[in-house]
Amino acid sequence: MSNRDDTNQSFPTQRVSCDHCRLPVPSGLIEPGAPHQFCCNGCKSVFNVLKGAGLDGYYQVRDAIDPIDQPAKTTTNAYEEFDDPSFERTCVENLPGGLAQTELLLEGMHCAACVWLIERLPRVLPGIIESRANIRTRTATIRYQPDQVLRSQIAKSLDRLGYTPHPARGASARQARVKEDRKFLIRVGVAGAIAGNVMLLAIALYGGALNGITQEWENTFRYYSMGLAILSLIWPGRVFFIGALAALRTRTAHLDIPIALALAVGGLWGSYNTLMGTGEVYFDSISVLVFFLLVGRWIQHRQQRAASDDVELMLTLTPTSALKVNDDGSTTRVPIDAIEAGMLVSVSAGSSIPTDGTIESGATSLDNALITGESFPIAAQVGDQVIAGATNLQSPITVRVSAVGDSTRAGKLMKLVASATSEKAPIVLFADRIAARFVIAVIVLACITFAYWTITSSLHTGIEFATALLIVTCPCALGLATPMSMSIAMGRAAKHGILVKSASAIESMSISARHPASMILDKTGTITQATMSIVDTRCDEDLLQFAAVIETHANHPIARAFASVLDNDSTLIATDIDQSIGAGISGTVNAHRVSIGSPAFIESITPIDATTQSNINAMLDQSLTPVVIHAQGHALGVIGIGDPIRPDALSSIALLKAAHFNLQVCSGDHPDIVSKVAHQVGIESAIGAVSPEGKAQFVRDLQAKTNQRVIMVGDGVNDSAALASAEVGIAVHGGAEASLQAADIYLTKQGVAPLVTLVALASHTMRTIHISLVFSICYNAIAAGLAMSGMISALLAAILMPISSLTVVAMSTRKFNPPKMNHNEESASCL
Amino acid sequence: MSVILIMIPAALLLAGLGVLAFVLAAKRGQFDDLDTPALRAVFDDEADTQPPTAHEQESATTNPPDSQ
Repeated sequence: MSNRDDTNQSFPTQRVSCDHCRLPVPSGLIEPGAPHQFCCNGCKSVFNVLKGAGLDGYYQVRDAIDPIDQPAKTTTNAYEEFDDPSFERTCVENLPGGLAQTELLLEGMHCAACVWLIERLPRVLPGIIESRANIRTRTATIRYQPDQVLRSQIAKSLDRLGYTPHPARGASARQARVKEDRKFLIRVGVAGAIAGNVMLLAIALYGGALNGITQEWENTFRYYSMGLAILSLIWPGRVFFIGALAALRTRTAHLDIPIALALAVGGLWGSYNTLMGTGEVYFDSISVLVFFLLVGRWIQHRQQRAASDDVELMLTLTPTSALKVNDDGSTTRVPIDAIEAGMLVSVSAGSSIPTDGTIESGATSLDNALITGESFPIAAQVGDQVIAGATNLQSPITVRVSAVGDSTRAGKLMKLVASATSEKAPIVLFADRIAARFVIAVIVLACITFAYWTITSSLHTGIEFATALLIVTCPCALGLATPMSMSIAMGRAAKHGILVKSASAIESMSISARHPASMILDKTGTITQATMSIVDTRCDEDLLQFAAVIETHANHPIARAFASVLDNDSTLIATDIDQSIGAGISGTVNAHRVSIGSPAFIESITPIDATTQSNINAMLDQSLTPVVIHAQGHALGVIGIGDPIRPDALSSIALLKAAHFNLQVCSGDHPDIVSKVAHQVGIESAIGAVSPEGKAQFVRDLQAKTNQRVIMVGDGVNDSAALASAEVGIAVHGGAEASLQAADIYLTKQGVAPLVTLVALASHTMRTIHISLVFSICYNAIAAGLAMSGMISALLAAILMPISSLTVVAMSTRKFNPPKMNHNEESASCL
Repeated sequence: MSVILIMIPAALLLAGLGVLAFVLAAKRGQFDDLDTPALRAVFDDEADTQPPTAHEQESATTNPPDSQ
């Protein structure tokens, strides 16, 4: 709360924390002189309940376990980009009466108290009319008077409450999806209401069939059932006919085809029988069928939507503003859309470069790992090209913008992703593949039934029994089992930190000895951590401490690697620091002049002796970057710096290999480093120095060569085209925005261990679906036999169908035991 | 028995009204967010749920509304 500078007098000078949850208490709720302060009524009543029950020892226990006061994370951002006109164009909706509405994504919103706090925003800041929070999407819809309050003020207020606001991108797309969701829900509701009413009428009909009913009453009930069933078919049930027609037009197999066939034949023949007053009607079975199938699909749809919402949330968290340098040398933070070619932008150390361009002033080193896959930073100075998405590591630079948006290198790669996604052949799901054979079998059986009974009895009997066959064999159980099992799998995956965007991805991840698959792993950031660490030390401890102290003055990634070896209680002080970018650093510690840097840098100071040279060679043999420490006129120590392999990589990769995956490493980094890393984790096949386009080609070639499913795992922009080309693309935690958009599956936990869980879960799910299929086919075979012999009645069909459906639904909740891993899982949940 | 001729249409009419209410509710977005309203209910006993006027806003800084 140090930067209180403006309009916001309603915040107290001193931060007051809630005595229950330790979140900051809004000024409007501070009770002067009261012994306890609370951020909300919820906390207050919990406090009183605990105290009243003599349980207030909870607070002492809590403070003992977790003594650090953890204030909600606030930043000192000015949020001036929220006031830019381009923000208004994309994220603000103007309402009648001079009001405006904007949707903001809030980091850190997670509980009831958060909702309460956010919805009390009008009390904190005048000019805000209403603030509505949504806990699932972590958004707040804020209605305000644009002439009274600036958007930057709203953002700052939210920030100080502990919620970092981000503009919610793609609002129009989200609105379209919300409309689609509502339509889906309405279809389910209407189908349910119709099914219920048709069943009530059917009870009368079945009662009549058992105990006798006059023809006119039977006709009355039948006409009502017919009216309702036809309404069910043409309103909610329409989706099955549309789906079947689309599948026929594209000549692909789809489960909608047998469903639509049964619905159409059952509806038509039932209507004919009703009008003629003959035979059986199946209106109850048809309407229940429509309802059950829609429920299954709706559940799957919701689960899929939840996963894609979460991925979108992460996309929104990527930076969208840039620091523009004005003509007078001052800087303004503007949205990225407001940047044009030819402008100057300033990039501070540690932030990512927003656009392609050339360095106008300053010298630094850049981390291109996400763009090219290179694990080592490269030095850059005035006149050098920089690419959007690279991270500026060392010192501030000014960049003359040469390309923005789609025309940047990253933008061009995104186009490649889009084309790869559109070219990708759609995966025919297992249930749909079965459907193709299913349709043929059912039609053949129906023809046989029809022919037999027409010859032996009459045409009417032939149609009657053929229709009964089509209805009882309608793949309701299978149509329900697949979406139910898939949505349960997606929910379980989400609990393990795996976001799955589509059901087909789960199916493609299942593995068995009969259906092996290839998995291509990226190196930098996937197998390795993509951070520099000290891997090998050939230097005495005192000298290392001297070096570490000097390196605290540098901002280079190699310098940061030294931070891990520096003693926490070190009293050493380094003076006379002298840095040369991309080469080394010198400083004086305890009156010793110490230089640390590349062998070439040290050689420029003093000749390198034979021992040091052999140490340097040993480092190079391990593909480590040698850093030489020089003091008292001699080169005295060598440190090997490299990108360490993730702690869970070795065990996970062993498990994946055991699961019949053909593993390969494909990286943009230097081939020597790639093959060393691949060898260390036990993967034989590895290629390096591959361009982003080359990676996509590699995936396609492998797919063509082995005729297997190819799964790509990667993190960077350079992997995104390959992720989109592969049958399943998996983006690991910490990946670039582009990889998120291209991937089908996203890991929210660090490391590659979630891959093992995912494979186990997918295989488990497919086994469940196979069991459901066997059950469903057994049921259908019995029912088909009864129908063919003319022994089935509408009542029997109406009883058998829900029983079989409920059985497969119960089966889909089969227990899943995640695989046990023998390593210390260092998993930080991201959301 | 002939009362059924009235009862069935009446029952269907009621069901139709129910469906209509559901469709309208869904179209107005009542089912869009099923999680947040459940949390909001925790604070329903609060006295002041109206957005404060500018005057109330001023007094809120000195005299908290929730001191009851």
